[in-house]
Amino acid sequence: MEANRDKSPSHPPRGKGALRRACGRVPLLGWLLAILCAVLLEHYLGKALADLLGLRKIPVLLGVVTILKKPLLMPKTVLFVFLIYALPIGLTARLIREPANWLAERLMRMPVLIPAAVHLAILYAILHIWGDVSAYRVLTLKLTLIAVMLTLSLNVINGYMGEFSCSHPGFMALGAYATSVFTVGLFATDKIFGPALLPEALGVYLFPVALFLGGMVAALGALVIAIPSFRTRGDYLAIISLAFLFIVKSMIENLEFVGGPRGLSSQPDYASLPMVFSACALCVWIINNFVRSTIGKALNAVRDDEMAADAMTVNTRRTKMVAFMFAAFWAGVAGGLFAHVLRYVNPATFGIQKLAEVLAMVYFGGLNSVYGSIVGAVSLSMLSEALRPLEIFKWIIIPLLLILVMIFRPTGLIAFKEFDGRRLMQPRNRPDNEV
Amino acid sequence: MALLEIRHMTHHFGGLRAVHDYNLSIEPGQVRGLIGPNGAGKTTIFNLITGIYRPSEGQILLDGAPIAGLAPYQIADRGLGRTFQDLRLWRHMTVLEHVKLAHYSKLRYGLFGAFFGTPARHREEDRITRRSMELLEMMNVAHLADQLVPNLPYGAQRRVEMARALATGPKVLFLDEPTAGMNPEELIQMMAIIRKVRQSLGLAIFLIEHRLKMVMELCDIIQTLVFGEVIAEGSPEEIQNNPAVIEAYLGKEIVE
Repeated sequence: MEANRDKSPSHPPRGKGALRRACGRVPLLGWLLAILCAVLLEHYLGKALADLLGLRKIPVLLGVVTILKKPLLMPKTVLFVFLIYALPIGLTARLIREPANWLAERLMRMPVLIPAAVHLAILYAILHIWGDVSAYRVLTLKLTLIAVMLTLSLNVINGYMGEFSCSHPGFMALGAYATSVFTVGLFATDKIFGPALLPEALGVYLFPVALFLGGMVAALGALVIAIPSFRTRGDYLAIISLAFLFIVKSMIENLEFVGGPRGLSSQPDYASLPMVFSACALCVWIINNFVRSTIGKALNAVRDDEMAADAMTVNTRRTKMVAFMFAAFWAGVAGGLFAHVLRYVNPATFGIQKLAEVLAMVYFGGLNSVYGSIVGAVSLSMLSEALRPLEIFKWIIIPLLLILVMIFRPTGLIAFKEFDGRRLMQPRNRPDNEV
Repeated sequence: MALLEIRHMTHHFGGLRAVHDYNLSIEPGQVRGLIGPNGAGKTTIFNLITGIYRPSEGQILLDGAPIAGLAPYQIADRGLGRTFQDLRLWRHMTVLEHVKLAHYSKLRYGLFGAFFGTPARHREEDRITRRSMELLEMMNVAHLADQLVPNLPYGAQRRVEMARALATGPKVLFLDEPTAGMNPEELIQMMAIIRKVRQSLGLAIFLIEHRLKMVMELCDIIQTLVFGEVIAEGSPEEIQNNPAVIEAYLGKEIVE
């Protein structure tokens, strides 16, 4: 995640081209290991260094928050970030370039599952150790990972399929409530649902089942929209799905048994970082598999020319319905996780504001692209956290950024790019593998 | 029994009679042509047979089974491949993806394979990639496989569209003005390709064309359509000398 942000400042100045080439030869594995070093460094020495520099505590989000809150601390914070992140990442990446390439080559000769597992394990370790510093970081990480799932699933509809859906927060709400009712009803003592029905120890293991159910409820909701709106193409979906969002919201507000407008609380603490991380990884993997298969490419064909897709044996209506329900499923799962991360849901969360957030992430990151969704979700959620001290000005800066992206890259930062895990993990020691 | 048989097909757009009492029977391996002035209803006939419109009256039989009223994708799946007058390629997809996608209804893996990348899916994707590359080679566009279609020259786009239509595994191939907008060189290439397709795949071909040279050289039997009605049907020589056809194309006075 931080690789892009931090890889530039640390190398000796040899011109931009040389720097880029040097960075290009470090494989993904090398970057991950280098970042791992940095977060370990922070974990063990961060507090001491912060004391030494006279900072009250370790800067939480790479110092941005601290700088915005107390501009006078800027030099110290920048120094901290440089010493803890930039310098170690740059140095380690350079030092372990050769061994990392060798290792990556070895790994890539094995079945692809093994290198994938290794990369994911290191990535998880980084997030875990980084998050260990404060509870705020863990919360931000979890919400960011959930945002990735939401953005990617919405991209399936708005990007890959080229329709415009507005009901994603509605699906999220359905998933959140279905999952919460399941876990609160079965495993928690609550004033609405009474005492726990099953032993609490089982709960953690059944949580994936609860998430799956939440996803299925959301997919059923999607079916209700899909049946009338996919008979033809056009703006129908946008309108019907927007109506659906309001229907879901007011339905939940009027359902007394889930707390109505007061919301539903006392969800058990099941959405741990590993749980959210695995759900997110699974979501990215499955969606990426889908959109790269010929069955998934049918979505692009329907978007670019539906009549031609039809003439080439594609059942366009079924294709659209399946994709819509599939996307809704993941929104539901993300909603279930969201409810358990906050351990409280209320219907007001799932309104137009949430819709605008997710849409912004999709269009900012890039249509028709898994990279784009990840970049869009991570950058916008991190940015909105980091700019929090600016209060109202945050809502000037972020939209301004969006406008700029729309002007200079109308389809988003990284649009229409395939996410090829195998290529991403390749060693980069040969010149033809350079980025 | 003919491969494709159409009996008394009539179609109205509201009060406008677009096609009247149209009959056709295509035998395997035959090349049929449909000519006629602009607005005669040639493309409408294509759209009626391939399921984009549903005929008001009449029967359409493919291999003896009625197909009128089926959805276009079902008709395509049963063996009616087509190209479009205005190309209709997918602008964000590569050439290879175009041809692979046309295998859609014959894919041997389902959603589960698509979601989880099962070995069966990878085998199937490899199989259709190989088949698609063969078709692209036949059309002389294999070297462009990884290009996005908007980057290709016009003649190559036409050939990609042809490969895509062939990938659906048609028994009858419908070509809607395959040489529209082509220069003479591309025209000759396209004629060679149509001959090649006919010889090596043994398909029946039904084509709409404006360039009489091409129709006369390629087709076994030609129909002439004027205002939705067939006014003449026969071999190229017969059509060329038919006074009614000449009248429709050039006007009355010249016949006198």
